[in-house]
Amino acid sequence: MGVRQWLRSWPVIRQITGDDPSGRGNAVRSAATERTAPRTAHADSVTRSICPYCAVGCGQRVFVQDGRVTQIEGDPDSPISRGRLCPKGSASKQLVTSPSRVTKVLYRRPYGTDWEELDLGQAMDMIAERVLATRAATWQQRDEDGLTLRRTLGFASLGGATLDNEENYLMKKLYTALGAVQIENQARI
Amino acid sequence: MAECHPVGFQWVMAAKARGAKIIHIDPRFTRTSAVSDLFVPIRAGSDIAFLGGLVNYVLRHGKEFREYVVAYTNAAALINEDFRDTEDLDGLFSGYDPEGHVYDHTSWAYQGAEAQALAGDPEDRTGGRRHQEAAQAEKRGSGGAPVSAKPDVDLTLEHPRCVFQILKRHYARYTPEMVEEICGVPAPKFLEVAEAITANSGRDRTTALCYAVGWTQHTVGVQYIRTASILQTLLGNIGRPGGGILALRGHASIQGSTDIPTLFNILPGYIPMPHARQHLDLASFVARDAGRTGFWGNMDAYTVSLLKAWWGEHATAENDFCFDYLPRLTGDHGTYDTVLRQINGECKGYFLVGENPAVGSANGKLQRLGLANLDWLVVRDLQMIESATFWRDGPEIETGELRTEEIGTEVFFLPAAAHTEKDGSFTNTQRLLQWHHKAVEPPGDARSDLWFYYHLGKLVRHKVRASPDPRDLPLQHLTWSYAEEGPLGEPSADSVLAEINGNGPDGPLSAYTELRTDGSTTCGCWIYCGVRAGGVNQAARRKPGQEQTWVAPEWGWAWPANRRIIYNRASADPAGRPWSERKKYIWWDASEGRWAGADVPDFEPTKPPDFTPEPGAKAQHALAGDDPFIMQTDGKAWLFAPAGLADGPLPTHYEPLESPYSNPLYSQQVNPAMQRYEHPANPYNGSAFPYVVTTYRLTEHHTAGGMSRTLPYLSELQPEFFCEVSPELATERGLEHLGWATIITSRTAIEARVLVTRRMKPLRMGGQVVHQVGLPYHWGPNGLSMGDAANDILGVAADPNVHIQESKAATCDIRPGRRPRGQAMLDLVEEYRRRG
Repeated sequence: MGVRQWLRSWPVIRQITGDDPSGRGNAVRSAATERTAPRTAHADSVTRSICPYCAVGCGQRVFVQDGRVTQIEGDPDSPISRGRLCPKGSASKQLVTSPSRVTKVLYRRPYGTDWEELDLGQAMDMIAERVLATRAATWQQRDEDGLTLRRTLGFASLGGATLDNEENYLMKKLYTALGAVQIENQARI
Repeated sequence: MAECHPVGFQWVMAAKARGAKIIHIDPRFTRTSAVSDLFVPIRAGSDIAFLGGLVNYVLRHGKEFREYVVAYTNAAALINEDFRDTEDLDGLFSGYDPEGHVYDHTSWAYQGAEAQALAGDPEDRTGGRRHQEAAQAEKRGSGGAPVSAKPDVDLTLEHPRCVFQILKRHYARYTPEMVEEICGVPAPKFLEVAEAITANSGRDRTTALCYAVGWTQHTVGVQYIRTASILQTLLGNIGRPGGGILALRGHASIQGSTDIPTLFNILPGYIPMPHARQHLDLASFVARDAGRTGFWGNMDAYTVSLLKAWWGEHATAENDFCFDYLPRLTGDHGTYDTVLRQINGECKGYFLVGENPAVGSANGKLQRLGLANLDWLVVRDLQMIESATFWRDGPEIETGELRTEEIGTEVFFLPAAAHTEKDGSFTNTQRLLQWHHKAVEPPGDARSDLWFYYHLGKLVRHKVRASPDPRDLPLQHLTWSYAEEGPLGEPSADSVLAEINGNGPDGPLSAYTELRTDGSTTCGCWIYCGVRAGGVNQAARRKPGQEQTWVAPEWGWAWPANRRIIYNRASADPAGRPWSERKKYIWWDASEGRWAGADVPDFEPTKPPDFTPEPGAKAQHALAGDDPFIMQTDGKAWLFAPAGLADGPLPTHYEPLESPYSNPLYSQQVNPAMQRYEHPANPYNGSAFPYVVTTYRLTEHHTAGGMSRTLPYLSELQPEFFCEVSPELATERGLEHLGWATIITSRTAIEARVLVTRRMKPLRMGGQVVHQVGLPYHWGPNGLSMGDAANDILGVAADPNVHIQESKAATCDIRPGRRPRGQAMLDLVEEYRRRG
């Protein structure tokens, strides 16, 4: 690169002499600029989704590369959100890729002072055992007048407003078959 | 709305750009106030007085939409001559039992129509404490309580006992001056609102009311919404484009978790859970509804189809379709009742599924005492939330009230999958189901809640497969086979949706009108029937909005039947013509012999406007061609509720349980039917707490914080818990901007950074100055952005209809400096309790 060419490539010269007097376009682009691309450009796939925060239901596009979420953006097709996301929706990539997400089953034994790791299958089996044992110990078949109760007040559940309809459905169905009635979620809070 | 539902608020701004006037009424000045035409600061807990003032303004000045009101509401209905209003009885309606704190509804009934009481059981006319506690009022989530026939009417609306005249008398004292005295809103400002709303309602114009669910968090929460309904119905703003009362709910699928309820008192589609004393079998369960008028008259078909979905071939007409497999209610089994049962040892196990009650529920100590007394606790979440760590770092550990080594709770923390890691549908706040697709596999041990409950169900069913105990029959006979997919054995969410949609002899059903009582149809949630019409997932439809009409009927799927505006028959006049060209939406097309328009008609498609039902007709056939409110037994919008509510047929202003002020309207200070939760850890404030306190959200955080305080971006945007106070209150209490303050109630004390701001405005209420303290409630001790939990200072007292706690209006004291630690903290609270 000659001196003249080098000088001409200087952004401030390009800004003064070129078609970008405000210095917000071509004048400030460089070879390095040209080498960059939005991370959405390299995505292997784009999945249609819905924002998991409030109940407006904004459309999301989830960009995935090498099996990892690399970006989440608003879906311009959504007649609800027209591509917009609020600060929470815009931050939802951090929600799903957060390094502080717990990814191992953790167990605190009674009177214990710390967490221990536990195998998922073993945890599932232990939970199933506890559900059945508590249910058996607290079962109410009839009330004092002999009327059917067919239930347990021995265990309860709270949650559902952040979950999918299909999840709520299996929860209510399984709990009802178990005879559990204290099933609640944020809708009552 | 700009604060908590920012992207939804773009439509408010779009309306403003087209000339709409935006009015914001709120105790605090927010981002909504900043862009509104008019901001009206109000005292927390006084909204019924404000809305009642608007109702009075409408009636006094004849501003009601008379033709709509006469044709589509129960304004003309005559009420039982035994009825007495709060104006007659100094704040009580007729039928109050001061010992049981419950109402007998008999005297609220229509004349000429035997109104059924809440209980629906003639021998239990009061409903009784037992019935009221079972939240039977709430089960009509999709329609009003039943009345057995059409009432006597006076279409001139002049009869002194007609609803219209009762309404006039009931609200006559809710004058602009009274609004000023109760709400702290100057009368001229109130009148500006009244004039704007009434000028913008009628044939050519409609007004929308938007509320966030803080409205529900009062001991009169249901009556808040009722007052809004009365106002909007009088103005003809229901069932019409640009009108309505829009509940802005705060969680992605909180609507869905009500429709397909993880709630104690209802089954999918707002079918009530059976009650031990009333519902001995299927016949007595459906007796009150089967064959009655309106679409609830088909409740037997909805129920049988649900039982068939759950117990399949085992459910037959001979065995009552396994109705006996359903557990029975005997009272309040709501979340706060459950917490008291945990503390007394009756409830030993607990699942927390994406919910953080140690921060998000009122009176956090009560919650944590419950958690600490369990045998076992399962927490499923993305992050390590406070409800999973109370045993090591909860506030009670710090004060010495609990010791880690003495807490016997066995805790399982199971990591959950995020929305990007699973298929499924959310139902948004407009009843719209939208499918989200899985993008990646969940990390490590993380699994969807669908996976967890499906595999837990498999394990439990396997363990009881050979059990001879009849209590295990509902498990053994349960339909529980869903296609498993992928390396993790994830059950197919689409196959669950298919069960929810339902099937008939010819395959997937397309509408709930296809459901039958003979067991030939299955349907997991009748109001969702049609979401998979034709075997296609309608919730996954994504035709771009730009390629559709403004109603966008091909994006997702709205229940029921993909109707976007509910009760839209009311958008046409009784003869089926649009009320005006400008507000045209659904109309009767006589040449085609059917209803037509921009939306799916919320009406039988070919029932003409002049249809008159045969005497004795049942279900929808009993409704006339000009009865738009098709879920109601009489097809009318209820200005006056002759049945169905625990605390009165009309909304009445009562003070919050904790209020520094006397009720200027009646000597009855508070809702006489409110529900209290008596426990030493849940004391109610006495007179030592001179200020009003309210809680709210911020744009940058989400409810109890598990999905926001753990994110760097959001934690940077709102890094710390703070309280908002006015400069006047700061001076009165010596609070310094950016310094610390301690906020105290009889439950506990918390500390927060002080934000002195003119956004909190002292109000003048009669001769008194009202100071309000504002607290965002997102914080807790875990995460990247930490702070005390605002909900810790709140007590639990609830609305008697739905058991939602009063957390939007309470009293407190505030003083400068950080709160004490350890025993000194308990001493401080004790000192306040002694003072009253």
